[in-house]
Amino acid sequence: MAIFALKRLGVALLVALTVSLITFSMNYLSGDPAITIAGEGARIEDIENIRRYYGFDRPILVQYWDWLWNALHGDLGRSYSLRVPVADVIFERLPTTMLLGACAITFGLTLAIPLGVLAAVKPNSFFDRLALTLAVVGQAMPTFWFGLTLILVFGVMLRWLPITGQASWWNFVMPAVALGYNVAPAVMRLTRAGMLEVLASDYIRTARAKGLRPMKVLFKHALRNAVIPVVALAAVQFGFMLGGSIVIETIFQINGLGYLAWESIQRKDLPMMQAIVLILSIIYVVITFLADMLNAFLDPRIRVT
Amino acid sequence: MSDRILTVEGLEVSLPVPSGTLNAVQGVSFHVDRGETVCIVGESGCGKSLTALAIMDLLPRRARRVARTLTLLGDPLIGVPETKMADLRGNRMGMIFQEPMTSLNPAYTIGNQLEEALLRHRKVPRAKARERAVHLLERVGITAAGQRLRQYPHQLSGGLRQRVMIAMALMTGPDLIIADEPTTALDVTIQAQILHLLAELQREFHMGLVLITHDLGVVARIATRVVVMYAGQVVETGTAAEVFGAPRHPYTRGLLDCIPIPGKTKRGEHLGTIPGMVPSLVGQMEGCHFAGRCNYVIDECRAAPIPLVSAPGRGHAVRCIRADELSRQPAAAEEGAA
Repeated sequence: MAIFALKRLGVALLVALTVSLITFSMNYLSGDPAITIAGEGARIEDIENIRRYYGFDRPILVQYWDWLWNALHGDLGRSYSLRVPVADVIFERLPTTMLLGACAITFGLTLAIPLGVLAAVKPNSFFDRLALTLAVVGQAMPTFWFGLTLILVFGVMLRWLPITGQASWWNFVMPAVALGYNVAPAVMRLTRAGMLEVLASDYIRTARAKGLRPMKVLFKHALRNAVIPVVALAAVQFGFMLGGSIVIETIFQINGLGYLAWESIQRKDLPMMQAIVLILSIIYVVITFLADMLNAFLDPRIRVT
Repeated sequence: MSDRILTVEGLEVSLPVPSGTLNAVQGVSFHVDRGETVCIVGESGCGKSLTALAIMDLLPRRARRVARTLTLLGDPLIGVPETKMADLRGNRMGMIFQEPMTSLNPAYTIGNQLEEALLRHRKVPRAKARERAVHLLERVGITAAGQRLRQYPHQLSGGLRQRVMIAMALMTGPDLIIADEPTTALDVTIQAQILHLLAELQREFHMGLVLITHDLGVVARIATRVVVMYAGQVVETGTAAEVFGAPRHPYTRGLLDCIPIPGKTKRGEHLGTIPGMVPSLVGQMEGCHFAGRCNYVIDECRAAPIPLVSAPGRGHAVRCIRADELSRQPAAAEEGAA
């Protein structure tokens, strides 16, 4: 188990390094950053000054190394537009996004996994049809459209929930539902398929031959094996969700990383965008690593490789 | 009668299939007394495994089972609620399956799965269950049993896993063990070991054993009584001596001709085969099920259902209207094998 964890950790670090390299090269993706900062109608001398001031004149590897070294020490550069350290802004906004993400994934999984199990236990039943309908609708509906619909129904027409802001827990209900519902369909279908396969397996018959009660067969023997692919999928879906939070935070005016990303794109604030992409990617790498660890705990055969 | 463990009378199992109803088991009857080994033999698809699963009430959900009598130590096994059935399963009767490679849950240790079998039915502390698991693993011939408990199924070979399955079935000290082709998936060298182990344990624990197998050599050695099944029906049943010494059904004779006998079968001599295929069991079938492959078939064979008839005063029964006639001409057996 320790060897497996170390191997996975090594892979995670390599991925993180690759991500940092790609993130860094974003600087040069949209042309000369010095010209971008200087803005329209700037004189050549100003551009040259800016280039020297920000160190764009140095060899690119040196720049990357400097940037990485500073990033590792918590210095992600200064925002072009806000004129403050990027790290300060990001760490102020990060908890909001993490809270939203946690609520959304919790909602998504608590909707998807029980429904998936129920659909598998009673195939072609009412619950199976309901699960399928929810999955198809969830798959087909864009997040932003669902968010706007929620606002219209529960915020404007029924006036049950606050529409924007983050003043209380109630503000997080609609965004979390909108974001989490997007995660549910794939997880639900995979849970159902996995459960159907596991329930037909020989070791489930063995468990029943021992006289174990149906609930024990279902939760101890079946679910643990069926949920293994679901864990890996949930980690991937969490990544999509982080991307989706840009849209959702903008719609619901939540001051998280997603909203910050949208603002930064509008202001062409490259260091800020770089840092946001880097942080979100690192979070994703960490989540994937944790999912691998959870799976290794669930399935002893994974620990061997 | 007091030592009657299992009574099966008129057991029927049917499965809905796209082309109709598959009558997989048709009126099977037999019984097992304490200390007996009853072997069910027959080709693949003759309904042996479904008979076993029907006794345990572990049939696929679509399958329907009906029986005149199906009792374990006098308690009915049919028409009782699932909770009551679950109390008996794995407690008074245990089952060993064909596929040891996939019959253990990959996610739990051997110890966990063994202990669970006992903890479900007895109020004993976990330590006691562990003790019994170690004892039984040693009894089924597993060395370093204490360490094996902490291992996972994927760390064990097929033979070891089948030994674990046997130990698991013995955890509660059941009265009946049903072993469904327990050695089919194993190496030939391991097969004999496992079967001998089962026979030994059956004597030691004084249980009833139902052994489903293709291996007639083993049947001849360990069976108290033999049930020969063909196409969903019992075609011949009797003590091992009766069935092997004086087989009366053409199908049983055909089966016996398929195995070489040391000292009798000469080198280079062809072994017998039974020509043709097992008939489809979808829908109703008129007359003798074996008629299509039998060398002695006459018109009467196909006219009406053939009853299972016991010889007067004996348990040896056969489902063949020409049995008396045929057993008077022993040479016919040779001819039939050709």
